[in-house]
Amino acid sequence: MPDPNVEHLARLARLDLSEAEKERMRAQLDAILTYIDKLRQLDTEGVEPTSHAIPMVNVMREDEARPCLPAGAMLANAPEREGDFFRVPKIIEE
Amino acid sequence: MPTIAELGARYRSGEATPTEVVESYLQRIETLDPQVRAYVTLTRESALAQAEAAGKRLKAGRPLSLLDGVPLAIKDVICTNGVRTTCASKILENFVPPYDATVMARLGAAGAVMLGKTNMDEFAMGSSTENSAFFPTRNPWDLARVPGGSSGGSAAAVAADLAAGALGSDTGGSIRQPAAFCGTVGVKPTYGRVSRYGLVAFASSLDQIGPLARTIRDAALLLQVIAGHDPLDSTSTDVPVPDYPAALGQGIQGLRVGIPSEYVIEGMDPEVGKAVSAAIEALKGLGAKTEKVSLPTTDYALAAYYLIAPAEASSNLARYDGVKYGHRAAGGKDLIQMYGRTRAEGFGPEVKRRIMLGTYALSAGYYDAYYGKAQRVRTLVRRDFQQAFERVDVLACPTTPSVAFKLGEKEDPLQMYFCDIFTIPVNLAGLPGVSLPCGFTQSGLPIGLQLIGKPFDESTLLSAAYAYEQATPWHTRAPALT
Amino acid sequence: MRMTTDYESVIGLEVHAQLLTRSKMFCGCPTAFGRAPNSQTCPICQGMPGVLPVINRRAIEFAIRTALALHCTVNAGCRFARKHYFYPDMPKNYQISQYEEPLAVNGWLEIEAHGTTRRIGIERLHLEEDVGKLVHEGTLETARASLVDFNRSGVPLMEIVSKPDLRSPEEAAAYLKTLRAILMYLGVCDGNMEEGSLRCDTNISLRPRGSTDYGVKVEIKNLNSFRNVQLATAYEGERQSAAIMSGQIIVQETRLWEADKGKTLSMRSKEYAHDYRYFPEPDLVPLKVEQRWVDQLRTTLPELPVARQQRFVTQYGLPAYDAELLTQSRALADYYEAAAREYPKPKIVSNWVLSELLRELPGDDEAALARCPIPPRNLARLLALIDGGTISGKIAKDVFEKMYSSGEDAETIVKREGLVQVADTGALASVVDQILAANAHAVEDWKKGKKQSLGFLVGQVMKATQGKANPAIVNQLLLEKLPKQS
Repeated sequence: MPDPNVEHLARLARLDLSEAEKERMRAQLDAILTYIDKLRQLDTEGVEPTSHAIPMVNVMREDEARPCLPAGAMLANAPEREGDFFRVPKIIEE
Repeated sequence: MPTIAELGARYRSGEATPTEVVESYLQRIETLDPQVRAYVTLTRESALAQAEAAGKRLKAGRPLSLLDGVPLAIKDVICTNGVRTTCASKILENFVPPYDATVMARLGAAGAVMLGKTNMDEFAMGSSTENSAFFPTRNPWDLARVPGGSSGGSAAAVAADLAAGALGSDTGGSIRQPAAFCGTVGVKPTYGRVSRYGLVAFASSLDQIGPLARTIRDAALLLQVIAGHDPLDSTSTDVPVPDYPAALGQGIQGLRVGIPSEYVIEGMDPEVGKAVSAAIEALKGLGAKTEKVSLPTTDYALAAYYLIAPAEASSNLARYDGVKYGHRAAGGKDLIQMYGRTRAEGFGPEVKRRIMLGTYALSAGYYDAYYGKAQRVRTLVRRDFQQAFERVDVLACPTTPSVAFKLGEKEDPLQMYFCDIFTIPVNLAGLPGVSLPCGFTQSGLPIGLQLIGKPFDESTLLSAAYAYEQATPWHTRAPALT
Repeated sequence: MRMTTDYESVIGLEVHAQLLTRSKMFCGCPTAFGRAPNSQTCPICQGMPGVLPVINRRAIEFAIRTALALHCTVNAGCRFARKHYFYPDMPKNYQISQYEEPLAVNGWLEIEAHGTTRRIGIERLHLEEDVGKLVHEGTLETARASLVDFNRSGVPLMEIVSKPDLRSPEEAAAYLKTLRAILMYLGVCDGNMEEGSLRCDTNISLRPRGSTDYGVKVEIKNLNSFRNVQLATAYEGERQSAAIMSGQIIVQETRLWEADKGKTLSMRSKEYAHDYRYFPEPDLVPLKVEQRWVDQLRTTLPELPVARQQRFVTQYGLPAYDAELLTQSRALADYYEAAAREYPKPKIVSNWVLSELLRELPGDDEAALARCPIPPRNLARLLALIDGGTISGKIAKDVFEKMYSSGEDAETIVKREGLVQVADTGALASVVDQILAANAHAVEDWKKGKKQSLGFLVGQVMKATQGKANPAIVNQLLLEKLPKQS
């Protein structure tokens, strides 16, 4: 039976969950994954995966430079900025 | 209130002006929307300015299109230049895009007027619009009930005539299910028919923008403007766009309609089953030939969807991190804290659930068993439809297993997921689907009929739907709101 | 004998090359370097909600050309995938890269080191998008905050991963040098390591000599020159062998090369963080690389450095040394060939290019040659003036310097400054007479058999004519007029 590690997933997804949320999440993921487990009954041996329902290939654009948006427009939504930079708190490695 | 087609005729004859019509819509919104709560943002001033410009063009005899001056509501998942686009999420509460979605550029070029942005389930994840971070939207037919979702605001706005038409987005039924719940028409075009550029992504391989309207003709008029290849969307196709409105009215004599046997399930509302059976009889009466078809993978589609959609969503939603735009939590002393708190505060429970589920489905050691498996199941779902479409032209089935439910009625996430059991396979296969009213329950709630078409064959789909619509009275009913 | 010689280094290089496209990998923003922060961005490369990537065709073509030059198999089908990790320089918190289906695999290139030629395998070649740039307030460790500039975000990057075939720091440096020259020849990358257009990480492990197993590998990041690649791999080899000697276990980790300290430092990142959750990029469709396209691109491949060097030896009869120097950059080799076509004495042209021209030029790269004020034709005509006797070789060097600083051609300078060689026997005879009269002691020395006197007198005549006299005629006149030697 699947047993997702909620702590690990929350860390990968950068979601701070409270203990109560983790408990609830565990139960809900368990229920959903139990349902999803029915897929195992279906034999998909030798079946190609579909990532696009409408198959297409080779969509490309020509290498032409287009005007950018001014820095002001791009930074207008920034939660914190310094001059024309986005500013972020101290970076720590995990 | 007139339909879009009628509005256009009145504009051109001089019987009405866009300014009068937009003003009366704004008035109606002011009166009724406090009950329905379809809109998240109203764009009163720009709507009036657009109406005035449209009026001048019409007066000069040079309208931009059949939609010139027509007031529309836009789901708040579609980016609008200079108008905040929230996805009904706290994390984007104050986000103002510096660009237009391609569909907005096309509507703008056609002269359409935007009345405002409509409520939805947060990031289009849900089937009731209760997952909006702001407030729930009510069903105009019964204010104690949900309008469906995730395009609940757009469907409610159209049903309550708070807009002449609307745009929604459909990832697993998010246009068709609320259309069914609200008694409107909703079209999910073929994947790739309408550009996704500027549609805030939920599940990229499933998302598609489409129209909601009160009639099939109106939906066809809207689809005509938004459909077509867009160089900004690599998944949009260059299959030529036919004249959809012109295809209506050609009748359905000899049309082969498939009835999928797997779309009758346990626990289905008997009134829905009855109405859909009657609709199929009506189609026969109009000259269609019906036959039973089998889509054996149907039972697995929902499970596959709940791996594919959350997996893509977990990736698409990684960008909301408090760095470039949107909400940032206060007080994070380092980057990791800032990320974790911002996303914890910014996302609601359903979004978090799907991010967690999707992260799991993609994580090391589980990919093959989950995401990989789901993609193979997707192939089987597609094959089912391909085989069915060798024998029939369209498929007919219920849009939803039940009618609109009460707010707060479905607390269990899985129970909510089952609302989309008949719409999800269509997205997995990338097919076009339409929901249109096919009756009402005894308590007066709308029931939706779903028609499913071949890839890029929206014309056949719409003309079948039109034939049925014109032969039945359902589209003429309107909810009694005061 | 030191114990360490019982171990050999197993080295692999991962090179990231920024492609010389006009626009970014997935949007139309320009790829210009050094502009004001966040001025070269748009909603797409800033990862705003709802935006979508579209593949730049030229980036694919550059990658295919490189794959062909490196003898790789270009996969008939390839696709992009999303690679997930949270970092503020990456706007979407995933990078569009390639994973299971890269553009090309299994190639090789030949390097020269330790006096021999060796073939080094190429594992894979794929495309991805670059990330933005972080500016730390202080160092990364002490900064209270960091600033983000997305100008570089979305610039096309080509990743070329070698097989672990390199066995010494010298080979590692030679591999990078050879690869860089190929990329520059192809015109797909400017090769500028200081500005980060070309970046290199290495993997290194040790194993007992003769073993075919692989040891635990350590990745070293931040190597921005040939010298650093060589120094860092040498340092790391020593560090690992010392660790093994003292009974320690090598841990798989990533280390940072600190050039100023001359050592590598552990980055102490935990392994769990590297669950990249790759999956096929749903916003892009797969690429089907048809053989016809590959064949057509193959015809556009330029002659590569090794082949050109060999041709210079056979076609122009140049010494291997000259041929190697002249083919270091495609621009210099092109310059040489253009000049040699106009003035078909290849060795003389080589001498002038390698000594005079390279002395003046700031470098041998394309940018330097593009700004060279002396076009190849002008160099050829200067050399022709010497042959025709119009100017002397010595004057020619002065004329060359003037050509370089003014951009004028040789004829203009020679004419204006009156540098045309005097070959008029009558005019020269009177100068010779004057010189003989003024240098009686030299004439005396000559009579006594001192042969050097002739050279001295020639020099005096040349001096009197400001170098314009034709030395051969002066020589002849002097021999006629000087008394017989006793």
